[in-house]
Amino acid sequence: MSVRKSASALAASVATTFVLAGAATAADLGVSREWQMVFQDPATPVMENIVGFHNLMLVLITAISAFVLALLLYIMWRFNSKSNPVPSKNTHNTTLEVIWTVIPIIILVVMAIPSLRLLYEQDVVPTPELVQERYGIQVDGEMTIKATAFQWAWMYDYPDHGVQGMDAFCAAGPTTYCLAEAGPGDQRLLETSNRVVVPVNTLVRLQVTSQDVIHAWAMPAFGVKLDAVPGRILETWFVATREGSFFGQCSELCGVYHGFMPIAVDVVSRAEFETRIAELAAMYPAF
Amino acid sequence: MSEAHAHGHEGHDHKPTGWRRWVYSTNHKDIGTMYLIFAVVMGLVGGLFSVLMRMELASPGDGILGGDYHFFNVLTTAHGLIMVFFLIMPALIGGFGNWMMPLMIGAPDVAFPRVNNIAFWLLIPSALLLGLSPFIGGGAGTGWTVYAPLSTSGHPGASVDMAILSLHLAGASSILSSINFITTIFNMRAPGMTLHKMPLFVWSILVTTFLLLLSLPVLAGAITMLLTDRNFGTSFYDAAGGGDPLLYQHLFWFFGHPEVYILVLPSFGIVSHVVSTFSKKPIFGYLGMAYAMVAIGAVGFIVWAHHMYTSGMGVDTEAYFLAATLVIAVPTGVKIFSWLATMWGGSIEFKTPMLWAVGMIFMFTVGGVTGVVLASSPLTTAFHDTYYVVGHFHYVMAMGAMFGIFAGWYYWIGKMCGRQYPETLGKWHFWLTMIGVNLTFFPMHFSGLAGMPRRIPDYPDAFAPWNMISTVGAYIAFASALLFVYIAIRTIRSGEPVEANYWGEGATTLEWTVASPAPHHTHEVMPRV
Repeated sequence: MSVRKSASALAASVATTFVLAGAATAADLGVSREWQMVFQDPATPVMENIVGFHNLMLVLITAISAFVLALLLYIMWRFNSKSNPVPSKNTHNTTLEVIWTVIPIIILVVMAIPSLRLLYEQDVVPTPELVQERYGIQVDGEMTIKATAFQWAWMYDYPDHGVQGMDAFCAAGPTTYCLAEAGPGDQRLLETSNRVVVPVNTLVRLQVTSQDVIHAWAMPAFGVKLDAVPGRILETWFVATREGSFFGQCSELCGVYHGFMPIAVDVVSRAEFETRIAELAAMYPAF
Repeated sequence: MSEAHAHGHEGHDHKPTGWRRWVYSTNHKDIGTMYLIFAVVMGLVGGLFSVLMRMELASPGDGILGGDYHFFNVLTTAHGLIMVFFLIMPALIGGFGNWMMPLMIGAPDVAFPRVNNIAFWLLIPSALLLGLSPFIGGGAGTGWTVYAPLSTSGHPGASVDMAILSLHLAGASSILSSINFITTIFNMRAPGMTLHKMPLFVWSILVTTFLLLLSLPVLAGAITMLLTDRNFGTSFYDAAGGGDPLLYQHLFWFFGHPEVYILVLPSFGIVSHVVSTFSKKPIFGYLGMAYAMVAIGAVGFIVWAHHMYTSGMGVDTEAYFLAATLVIAVPTGVKIFSWLATMWGGSIEFKTPMLWAVGMIFMFTVGGVTGVVLASSPLTTAFHDTYYVVGHFHYVMAMGAMFGIFAGWYYWIGKMCGRQYPETLGKWHFWLTMIGVNLTFFPMHFSGLAGMPRRIPDYPDAFAPWNMISTVGAYIAFASALLFVYIAIRTIRSGEPVEANYWGEGATTLEWTVASPAPHHTHEVMPRV
């Protein structure tokens, strides 16, 4: 798909020219910056593909909007009542009508093909071998995390590591709900009492459910968003390819404190993961 | 001519007087006027709620609501329901539909005038139920979608029950109007006006009322099951009792997606008339325009689950809804390009209605292309329930539908009240609104890209700058709404009197053959087309 690549490159340059100073500096912290106009820096191959595909879409929709605007401006200049006192009476042009039906169809097919491919790539949980083959990254092992939502926090289980019931409440924000006022360096409304910890370059199966109403587990830098539906367990996956701290927020209206149930994930080296998961297993042992 | 004949009878214009004229009204023009006044009043209320929300969101931390996050949810819910059910629908369908559809097809009134009366008066208790719900039980903070289980187990108290009953009444009102309008359009057209000669606004009302008639009963069923889940121990949407929360979402969006076309199709109809009138040209590709609306309406019924991409439905289902949704862009594109082609070669006068129409064409294009982005389900793992979505749907509603309403108002106000609006003030109103809404809604795309979730009363500090700009935009937009109220009052009280066809050669539909203001009874002798 060379067309797609060059379109993406063009889009990236369009996007960066839009981005104000300071907003484009890469960060290993998975949060947004002030005046940010683009996606957060991706931390998984799926999010990289989302960014690439969105860049293609951005070029197409910008071009379409600019084309319509240019036509409108030209018409307003050329066919206003001063420039063109006598209106024409043309009301039909079959060729033209066929063209403006067929060309949009072609554009939509150009959009639909990569879109459908990306959908299947995202939605179906792969094997570590498949991830390696597809994205050319080293994947060491796989593991499962279960996230259970309740009003208004998350609770995590690591069934492979003997961790059960690790809760993650909002830890920095208004004291009416969050545990504490935000201190210096805290990500206000994003910090949690316990962070999820995952090893880098590992296939993580994420299972999401809820105890009460519908919530949604979202992590912008990972390209993951999945509803937590009571009575169902939904499953998605991610392979984080760089270390860092990443933040997301509940993304389905779930009541009074919907804005205050953040999600924080630390992506760490395999060695650090082993240490921290052992600590968590001691604090939140499986029963 | 038939009209000369009709004028001869104007002395016998049996117009009831006093409150009976309005409360007992069976006259499509009076009922249309009441719908328009209702829409303006409710629009100001809904607009005020949005200003309160923007004040709360102006900067991070607790703002004007002082940490009452439930009240924030009540505001978002009420804003959504009011703007959809009590502003856009009453203005476009009840207001302009009632006023202009019979005039345009040469009918003396609608088919069932008494049904028309009850359809309007059902809206009043409906609005009262919603308006009183915060005072009885703390308010419905469910979002306008009223998703279960948040709306069942998550909301004790009577508020949500009242909101549900409010929707029932508004739905019954719309179903009655739809039956009425469909019957009128099919049976009461003037001799010679075949379906393929019918004005596009009438086409848009026809398609819209069909969508209402087919989708609202599904909503009624869905929210009735909510009501019984809440009060009578059923468990349609409760997984613990063998029900399914996602069933509600499917039923709701089977109504909810056609609903968004219900909101915008009449606006398409108005824009077609305005563009043709001020370009002094007949509409380009009339049949294509009419059937594009039919196609949008038909396809609109089979794309609903694109509102549910992150709900975990099967991947093949998601692929289907992705493909089906993209299809809608084709008839919509046909409409955009046909409007441009109508203007092409015209002798265009940029009076206020035309400014709104041209603004609508471009703003709707912007909202349409972000809709194509959102149709791509792999991107919605990034976009779902973020401000990108809020930006998108306000471009198609707060601009696509509202600009159409304003275009229609400036276009027809002379016909409705016999007096012309002040041109300069009208243009000011347009530009002020244009600046306000774009400042409000365009930055929302950036917030959404950066990951800001919707429906939150406070946000991480990084989202502050764009939110401040949105808030400033909202103040400007609300100021322009107040300017509109001033313009409306001034027009009705002291506008210049106008003749029957004050737009001249470009205005060719039947409403321009009757006097301005349109007499209480029109087309008493059938016009011939």
